[in-house]
Amino acid sequence: MEELLEILEDLHPEVDFETTENLITDGVLDSLDIVTLVSEISENFDIAVSAKYITPANFNSAKAIWNMIETIQNEG
Amino acid sequence: MRKRKYIIRGALTLALIIAFLALLQRLLMPKYVDGIVEGAFVAEYYKEEKDHDVLFIGDCEVYENFSPKVLWEKYGINSYIRGSAEQYIFQSYYLLEDALRYETPDVVVFNIQSLQFNEAQSEAYNRMSIEGMRWSPSKVGCILASMKEDEHFIEYVFPILRYHSRWKELKSTDFEYMFKTKPVTFNGYYMRVDARPAENVPKGKPLGDYSFGSNAWKYLDKIRDLCAKKGIDLLLIKAPSLYPYWYEEWNEQCETYARENGLNYINFLDITEEVGLDYTTDTYDGGLHMNLSGAEKLADYLGAYLQKEYGLEDRRGDAHLDAIWKEKAAAYDAEIARQKELYGLE
Amino acid sequence: MLFTSYSFIGFVLVLSFLYYLVPGKHQWKLLLLGSWLFYLFSGPWNILYILTTSLTVWAGALRIEKGYGEKKARIKELKKADLPADEKKAAVKAYKQKQEKDLRRLFTLVLVFNLLILAVVKYSNFFISNINGLLGEGRQLSLLSLALPMGISFYTLQAIGYLIDVYRETIPAEKNFFRFSLFISFFPLVIQGPICRFEEATEGRLFAENPFSWKNVSFGLERILWGFFKKLVIADRISAAVNTVIGDTSTYRGAYILFLMLMYTIELYADFTGGIDITIGVAEMLGITLPENFKRPYFSQSLKEYWRRWHISMCSWFRTYLFYPVSTSGPIMKLTKACRARFGKNRGRKIPMYVSSFVVWFATGIWHGASWNFIVWGLLNWAVLMISEELEPLYARFHERFPWAEGRGYQVFAMVRTFLLICFMNLFDCYARIGDILSLLGSVFTAGNYGAFFGGGVMELGLTGLDFVIIGLGLAVLLGVSIYEETKGSVREMIASRPYLVRTLVWTGLFTLVLLVGAYGAGYDASQFIYNRF
Repeated sequence: MEELLEILEDLHPEVDFETTENLITDGVLDSLDIVTLVSEISENFDIAVSAKYITPANFNSAKAIWNMIETIQNEG
Repeated sequence: MRKRKYIIRGALTLALIIAFLALLQRLLMPKYVDGIVEGAFVAEYYKEEKDHDVLFIGDCEVYENFSPKVLWEKYGINSYIRGSAEQYIFQSYYLLEDALRYETPDVVVFNIQSLQFNEAQSEAYNRMSIEGMRWSPSKVGCILASMKEDEHFIEYVFPILRYHSRWKELKSTDFEYMFKTKPVTFNGYYMRVDARPAENVPKGKPLGDYSFGSNAWKYLDKIRDLCAKKGIDLLLIKAPSLYPYWYEEWNEQCETYARENGLNYINFLDITEEVGLDYTTDTYDGGLHMNLSGAEKLADYLGAYLQKEYGLEDRRGDAHLDAIWKEKAAAYDAEIARQKELYGLE
Repeated sequence: MLFTSYSFIGFVLVLSFLYYLVPGKHQWKLLLLGSWLFYLFSGPWNILYILTTSLTVWAGALRIEKGYGEKKARIKELKKADLPADEKKAAVKAYKQKQEKDLRRLFTLVLVFNLLILAVVKYSNFFISNINGLLGEGRQLSLLSLALPMGISFYTLQAIGYLIDVYRETIPAEKNFFRFSLFISFFPLVIQGPICRFEEATEGRLFAENPFSWKNVSFGLERILWGFFKKLVIADRISAAVNTVIGDTSTYRGAYILFLMLMYTIELYADFTGGIDITIGVAEMLGITLPENFKRPYFSQSLKEYWRRWHISMCSWFRTYLFYPVSTSGPIMKLTKACRARFGKNRGRKIPMYVSSFVVWFATGIWHGASWNFIVWGLLNWAVLMISEELEPLYARFHERFPWAEGRGYQVFAMVRTFLLICFMNLFDCYARIGDILSLLGSVFTAGNYGAFFGGGVMELGLTGLDFVIIGLGLAVLLGVSIYEETKGSVREMIASRPYLVRTLVWTGLFTLVLLVGAYGAGYDASQFIYNRF
């Protein structure tokens, strides 16, 4: 989780990702951010985030993203 | 209780909106009381007392060329012209069908020049011939037979859809004649007293094909059958207008048709001398249409013909008709005086 | 059938009437019948295309879902089997791989088949004419005369989106073919979208029982009326001048091109959003909610924002089903790794993103129309977006230095700048030939006909002074409503909260306005009625 928050803050230093929800619905993260995020996550966690996981629900908060990472890890 | 209140309120609102739109529609429709009056002809018929001996159907070659007043005053023939601008043959049929809902004349006179048009040529003329009709199966038939490709039936039902943009050119007459009309014809006759001699009338250009279209023939048959069914004599005529050019090949087809169907056919172009027409004084636009003088001469000739051929009874002396015609004659004479002054004649 | 035709209005009225007459559980069946009938009006054979797509995607999705079920059951079975642990694991892995490969093959087959239909009817001639360009004279191939079936670009994307969703196991497959067919062919959608997702249609009550509700019907009618206002009063009036300018590239240059960019951009907005208003309004009348497709896009302060507010359903489709898969695909991931190693973290992760965006914008361009101008238009969008992405740090520093630039004045400046950029790019929508577009753009600086244009030329394009006044007033209304919706909320709700008399007058007034001022029908020209027979 710490690692994820670091990645996020690196992307958008002005946002407090620990508390912010609705990252997608409020337009905090755009599609380019998401792709950047996905490549960072893949790199750091050594998992393949396929397009099927890229849904608003999975990216709406740091917690949701974390849950997604865990799901992918468990699956692999 | 609340629900009922809503329904009443809604119905009332709807009624008000419909009334508002109806008023708007009346306002926006062309009134045809000045300038172009041809659009008012068709509706005028309904104001008449419908007891005519002779009905004319056709285009300007009937409504400008025959004076019913002369037919009455000289022969006691009570006639009416159901004419309209460029009336196509299918429109003539439906206008006749419409008139026969109210009366059954002895003779119907049809000017065959519209045989040359197999389908409607102009939306504006469709409008002027159809809009004045009262709603009846005949009107529906007339619309369906007349509509050009880009026309819509619903625009005849709600003419506001057709005339919606006329708000830009509303004139005082549009308000004045929203609910009333002004008579513009005398039993369908459109009077002009001025004269412009016919000079250098061009010969018709040769055509590739002289035969009339099948749709036009179909409606001539329908007119014939309708008259036969009602026991009405049908007289075909070609008025003596020099232009548009009337081809001999066309004339032959009409003669053949009349002969084969046992109908009479008069081509006035062939008998101008017998009628006594003088193209220097009897036309107001160089030979296209007759003026008053020409129309009265033609009516005189036709009256004698009708009496002789169809044994029409002289109805002068019928007190009721005499009274009606006395009034009409007064208006007729007043119009002559007005126009003479307008054109600076005599 | 056009939105602005009597037949469309008549069709909607009759269908809505019947819709509330039939029992609720049959309502969606009536819609399906109506939609098929609607489709038949567009040409008797066209319906075969949409039925083929519906059938293949429906069956394919169902089979894929079944395959996933089999996979789970079999794996469970294998895991229970009486085998040594490592053998068991190998067996599960082997089976999983085989089954997934089979499903992927089926998925690809259905996907490619439907894309091919679209490609053949929409792009054959584009392809042939490009080949002809290479072949040179004398050896030309003849073009095909294929009519484009109504809405094929929209419903194909919609069907493919569904197929991908099922393949990704994000939604269950629809069992009933007829329900699925309604989703693909629902008549307001096939004209110009929006491109719906299956769950949006389900949640929007497309298949639900929708009892008569006065609010739905009145709100729907209001939305339709508003759409007609935009289309008839503004767009269709402007189109006369726009078409005149586009129609003659040798006369209308220079100042006319600036005029065209502005007018076309307004027309496009009024026409497209008006059409979507009618679509959504028709659905609303039937108790069905469709997703919004626009969010006042011309208030955007950047192109990036614009693409979040313009044609939302299309953008979201391309993002979900093309951009994400491409940018998470193997080759792009590899590229990312390579770039990171070479250019460092920040640079490195951006380059692959630009590559995948390029693919997406190329596809978006060619989806809009089968010609080069649309491709160039798409790539222009890509270029501007990528450049502003690169300049992002610069902007950030600028705003840090000049905090006043966060104010209202700067925002308006940014809106105007974005609007002008869009006006410029829309020129690529107007002309098919790139050469024409470049020469016309050049003429803006060289033609020097500004005097002639303002000295009377503008009045000779088919619009009278009165037309310009009407357009101006129409735009003022549109702008007022847009500002209200941007800052306060729904205008319809606001009007609905007013007294009965007020709201009745407002809607009757708007109706009368559209009726009288709308640019529809033959138009009244008194000279046609002058009896003149020579």
